[in-house]
Amino acid sequence: MQKTYYDPADLKKFGKITEWSEERGKKFFEYYGKVFEEGSLTEREKSLIALAVAHTIQCPYCIDAYTTDGLQRGINKEEMMEALHVAAAIRGGATLVHGVQMMNKYEKLSM
Amino acid sequence: MPYKSLHARHNQLANTQKQLEILSNGIFGDGELPYFSEKIKESEQYPLRPKTLEIFQVNLGYMCNQVCTHCHVDAGPDRKEIMTRETMQLCLDAIKNTRAHTLDLTGGAPEMNPDFRWFVDEASKIGIKDFIVRSNLTIIEANKKYHDLPEFFKQHGVHVVSSLPFYKKDKTDRQRGDGVFNKSIDALKRLNSVGYGREDSGLKLDLVYNPSGAFLPGNQQSMEREFKKALKSDFDIDFNNLFTITNLPISRFLEYLIASENYVDYMTALVDAYNPAAVSNVMCRNTLSVSWDGWLYDCDFNQMLGLKVNSNIKHISAYNETLIQDRNIVISQHCYGCTAGAGSSCQGAVV
Repeated sequence: MQKTYYDPADLKKFGKITEWSEERGKKFFEYYGKVFEEGSLTEREKSLIALAVAHTIQCPYCIDAYTTDGLQRGINKEEMMEALHVAAAIRGGATLVHGVQMMNKYEKLSM
Repeated sequence: MPYKSLHARHNQLANTQKQLEILSNGIFGDGELPYFSEKIKESEQYPLRPKTLEIFQVNLGYMCNQVCTHCHVDAGPDRKEIMTRETMQLCLDAIKNTRAHTLDLTGGAPEMNPDFRWFVDEASKIGIKDFIVRSNLTIIEANKKYHDLPEFFKQHGVHVVSSLPFYKKDKTDRQRGDGVFNKSIDALKRLNSVGYGREDSGLKLDLVYNPSGAFLPGNQQSMEREFKKALKSDFDIDFNNLFTITNLPISRFLEYLIASENYVDYMTALVDAYNPAAVSNVMCRNTLSVSWDGWLYDCDFNQMLGLKVNSNIKHISAYNETLIQDRNIVISQHCYGCTAGAGSSCQGAVV
């Protein structure tokens, strides 16, 4: 058994998940491929969204994959970091907006 | 960034045999990754054979005013290998009878060869249809004597292919040296001012993008769109096409890959991205490369690895196109660089 939960080499084996549930796995990867095709959004924009989400869900495989993908698409470090701040702002905002709930509860229970 | 060629630093990679050993041992020698020959056997493309010769690529010398970290030529100011006028004459004799329609001049900085203009003049007289000069741009700004190069190119209808790794300063300067970006922009403006890259001028100016690190180039059309948008809005610069080129794991780029511990991952990425469709159009199949001292190679990369053509005719002095076209192309694991994804060549993607 490996000593850490994450192994960079596992990223390349992602496709193997299909082996234990072929139809669902295939459909997932078809869907995945379709999602990242150029549509109303460019592939470049989608790559930045993916990078921001990767940090939000803190997936090391996704961070690895979409940093490389961004470099390949000519996305620069300033753009990458700005995208992360969007994720951080939403994440921080999500914490703080619950403050209203806290305030409501506080006020309700207080005399 | 004080940086010198592998040769000047007496680095072990200055020895091409050492590079070939690295490319054949390690992950390839222990079977973790397949040899290129095995890979092309799978798609019945072995041995790799030439198609009709289209491009006659002449390397005028390894001297260059820049010392780029990714350079596959190991070029620099300290390299003294320069093609003589005698060897140029042998090239001209060969060009007179060639079926190739394109003469492609490269280096180093080909313009630094003292007989560069003489060679272009003579080659023009022969009537080559497409005439390419691979310019690093900064040479145009390096010295007053080069300032009129755009006019000279225009006079001969030269198709200028220029390296510009990125449309931003930091990435460009990190790969090619401090100040390179601004000088490149000045040179592009100079080329634009005589009509190069401008609509309806008929003067072609293409740019070459190569990744500034251990990753593969992205989609050529998308990159071209980004480059055009940025260079137009930031500097009012126009150009025709962008060629994306994959960095091949040889010479200084190989040194960088090993030193940064990216070699295994990079080679794995190249092998994973292997595209049999790209093999049909790799440039070694329609190109012949001539070194500064007249030896013949399947491509510029093989030239830098010292892998001469597998033919009885190995030197321009004995040039015979029919005989030389009947050969097997020499391959090694660096060839994965030209067959990854959409493929890579001196004219960019091939698929």
